[in-house]
Amino acid sequence: MNKLAIKELLYKIADDQLILGHRNSEWTGMGPLLEEDIAFSSMAQDKVGQSYALYTILHSLGEQEPDTVAFTRNAEQFHNSIFTELPNGEYDFSLIRHFLYDTAEIIRFDMLTGSSFQPLAELAVKVRAELRYHTLHANTWIKQLGSATEESIDRLQKSLMYAFPYALGMFEESPYEKELIETGVFAGEKQLQEKWLEKIKTIIGETRLQLPDISTVQPVLGGRAGRHSEHLQPLLNEMSEVFRIDPTAEW
Amino acid sequence: MRSVEEIYTLLEEVKDPEIPVLSLVDLGVITNVSVENDRVNIEMTPTFVGCPALDMMKQDVMDVLTKNGVHNVSISVSFKEPWTSDKISEKGRKALKQFGLAPPPVGKNLFSDIDVLEHAACPRCGGSNTTLKNPFGPTLCRSIHYCEDCREAFEQFKPL
Repeated sequence: MNKLAIKELLYKIADDQLILGHRNSEWTGMGPLLEEDIAFSSMAQDKVGQSYALYTILHSLGEQEPDTVAFTRNAEQFHNSIFTELPNGEYDFSLIRHFLYDTAEIIRFDMLTGSSFQPLAELAVKVRAELRYHTLHANTWIKQLGSATEESIDRLQKSLMYAFPYALGMFEESPYEKELIETGVFAGEKQLQEKWLEKIKTIIGETRLQLPDISTVQPVLGGRAGRHSEHLQPLLNEMSEVFRIDPTAEW
Repeated sequence: MRSVEEIYTLLEEVKDPEIPVLSLVDLGVITNVSVENDRVNIEMTPTFVGCPALDMMKQDVMDVLTKNGVHNVSISVSFKEPWTSDKISEKGRKALKQFGLAPPPVGKNLFSDIDVLEHAACPRCGGSNTTLKNPFGPTLCRSIHYCEDCREAFEQFKPL
């Protein structure tokens, strides 16, 4: 077992969950409808909780405690995709990101249920089941708003075009990609992207939205290697503010 | 030294922090109890990965066992046997209903039968003239519904 390869994989998934979980929580109190406020708050709790479970596996592999890892690293030490750190924007962008990200996330965890790294395979079975409520929510809204009015279709389309290059950054390959595939830990980003694209096409096909031609899209990469946008550090500062007041406090 | 059965009996005193009528045993979160060389090993699994009550439950398990003279206890969290809503015992389902929470539908696949969410049985009148208000609720495990007959809202334990 290549520990470094597995750690890198765990960090990127955990960091994606933590950062997007945090963005989801920013809808608490701000949702356009009460039901949506509750939906994003609930999904935020799921994602942050899942990141905690992943940091716990990392801790068993020798990394520091989950709180330390979550609240004391700086931007260049994070491995989340830039897609997850972008501000929530308007609800159309948040729904599009929710749809594009969660579709990839459930496929990723589905692939990981077959991982040769047992703790991750076990956790993946659990997470995959929980994520079905997330994708149900995203698909319902994209299908409804993607066929509703000129305004809803136009806004979703603009967000889709803006989001797509960032979404492709989710599949930035690991330096240990070959190793992860050969040892059966994870079947790889290429396969994940293919399955994702197929699923996205199916849902978008039930709307009046159009996917961009993927061959013309330049993926926004760098997040997996710690090269982030200007949005991540302010997010981290806010997220860790309470913890940093007294890192040794008992809660 | 206590037997495994005796430990399970003691564990029935430990209730879900949010649902005081439901024991952790009936909730299905205690996945294994073993007694080895004077030490009691308890294995637990969370209902939902992000459930914030897990730490409290672990502490409560520790407290109940210590109160009953069992001091050498080790509690671990495992996903070997992931929690599903089918793990709630029959006794647990009755307790939920009496408390006003609809128990989760049993053994149905959420996605092949979406009606399952749409027409939850009202815990008060038992009828299915109900509507789904939100698949998300005040906690990760609950969805929000409305009974047209009772003219009142209720929550259901989400099938998982």
